[in-house]
Amino acid sequence: MEQSTTIKRTSTKRKIKKWLLGKHFTDGLIFKISVYLLLTCIGFIYMYPMLYMLSNSFKSSSDIVNPMVEWIPTTLYFDNFLRAIKVLKYFKTLGQSLKITLVPALIQTVVTSFIGYGFAKYHFRFKKFLLILVILTFVIPSQVYMIPRYVMFYRFDLLGKALAIILPALFGQGLNSAIFILIFYQFFRMIPKSLNEAAEIDGAGPYYIFFRISVPLAIPAYITCFLFGLVWYWNETYIAYMFLGGDYPNLQMRLANFVSAYNAQYASEELMKINEGVRLSATLLIILPMLIVYFAMQRWFVEGVEKSGITGE
Amino acid sequence: MMAKHKMSRKLRENLIGYSFIGIWIIGFLVFMVYPLLNSIIYSLSQVQILGTGGIKITFHGFKNFRDIFQIEQGFNYLEALYAFIKEMIMQVPIILVFSVLIAMLLNQPIKGRGIFRSIFFLPVIIASGPVINELISQGAGGTSLLERYGFISLINNNLAPRFAEPVVGIFSKIVIIFWFSGVQILIFLAGLQKMDKQVYEAAEIDGAGAWETFWKITLPSLANLVFVNTIYTIVLLATFSENEVIKNIRANMFDIKTGYGMASAMAWVYFLIVMTFIGVVTLVLLPRQKQRGGY
Repeated sequence: MEQSTTIKRTSTKRKIKKWLLGKHFTDGLIFKISVYLLLTCIGFIYMYPMLYMLSNSFKSSSDIVNPMVEWIPTTLYFDNFLRAIKVLKYFKTLGQSLKITLVPALIQTVVTSFIGYGFAKYHFRFKKFLLILVILTFVIPSQVYMIPRYVMFYRFDLLGKALAIILPALFGQGLNSAIFILIFYQFFRMIPKSLNEAAEIDGAGPYYIFFRISVPLAIPAYITCFLFGLVWYWNETYIAYMFLGGDYPNLQMRLANFVSAYNAQYASEELMKINEGVRLSATLLIILPMLIVYFAMQRWFVEGVEKSGITGE
Repeated sequence: MMAKHKMSRKLRENLIGYSFIGIWIIGFLVFMVYPLLNSIIYSLSQVQILGTGGIKITFHGFKNFRDIFQIEQGFNYLEALYAFIKEMIMQVPIILVFSVLIAMLLNQPIKGRGIFRSIFFLPVIIASGPVINELISQGAGGTSLLERYGFISLINNNLAPRFAEPVVGIFSKIVIIFWFSGVQILIFLAGLQKMDKQVYEAAEIDGAGAWETFWKITLPSLANLVFVNTIYTIVLLATFSENEVIKNIRANMFDIKTGYGMASAMAWVYFLIVMTFIGVVTLVLLPRQKQRGGY
């Protein structure tokens, strides 16, 4: 009798132990909890600037100085946003920003797919060498060629115009174009050669094959490249600042000059003094369009990296 | 007849190939080679901006490069460069270790993986120079978080000032450093998911622990991606628009004392530094890749 209870006890003990530690340790409860705990903690640190921004942008100036108010404002205060929109000239600048974001991203996607396809499907002389040059264009710090480019654009009267951003993209020399060329290169190489050969036997020309067979197969790569291009162009400020300057400010540049613009607009009003609430709501407004894109198209960003074949070679 | 046919086929393939990539070659010559050559000329010359908007180039050898070590603007530049090198050496390993770690956590079969994955990629979407600047200056960069929970004072109290200073420097920017690892995490994660589960099972049967499995199986099979990510991280840090060195170069472009000539010389020094980093990384990490028969 006594013996059987001890056996029972040890077996429940073993069960609990198995439940906690699992068969391989990695499927036990302790392991799972610690993974969740770690991810949540690091995730919180990661998101901290965003949460801080979100919370503070809705705080009135009295909430900001009030030490009792930490995360949740006493009232939802939209005035910060209204003022920030005014100072940023938000909607007009948004249009300008989109023009130098959407257009080059689109053009770049189309052109780099063309180039990537050429590298993937045809054997021509100096191919290896040219591919290495493509990679080099990514690695070389842009500072070494930016000054002469600036002079060149000045001569052609392109400074301060959207074309200064669009033109390099048109020739596969846009922002991070090399990465997109390589992504398309990888992607098109994964399409079986026999498909091309079959179409060729049927008498299809190389461009027909490209547009009618390869492009439809590569739609996921197109979407991913376009989205990444969009985000990178949106967040790019060095080239924009250099070539567009004050003549064609985008939202990022308006944010960089926010404090002085704000003070110029509200100089006389003592009550309207700039505070972190206004500044952070301006920051939130700048990232808002890309946040919307991200939450709508999230799958394409995250899975795009996996499917791009970066890991293939 | 046969040979001729073969030749023409080869020629045709060449022509079609070049018709696809031709636009890149034109772009490369116009937007890359030509500016690069000009940049070399500028760096060896005194470049004056004329009233008409044109420029006058007077060749004067290596004076610009010597000036970097002789005039005040040059000292400022060197200081920024030194800080950049130090930051690079410290931040690249942190970013890599962090992204491997997060990728391995995200690779576990847990619920809500998708949400966590989205969180860790989010910074890539929003991290532009001005946004990060604004976040840091408004205290959202993580310093206040660490201070509130007493991390900073803990480090300051327990370490000698010589060690505490860089550690605190890293921690005050830790969130921003983490923010640079979004793409790398995804690349590592994609690599981990491609790995064969059977290898792990075999290792377990042979009695390998989690620690050994990581060093002997996981890390070696990520070697290619470690290389790719290291290069990516270096380029990312080197081209980030709030990087003091590139801000300094741009400022010197429009400085009357230095101008395009000296700014070009500075850009070439920067080029050398960045390329040295990339070269060292390639030398250290690439041979291993070949050994494993990756190509």
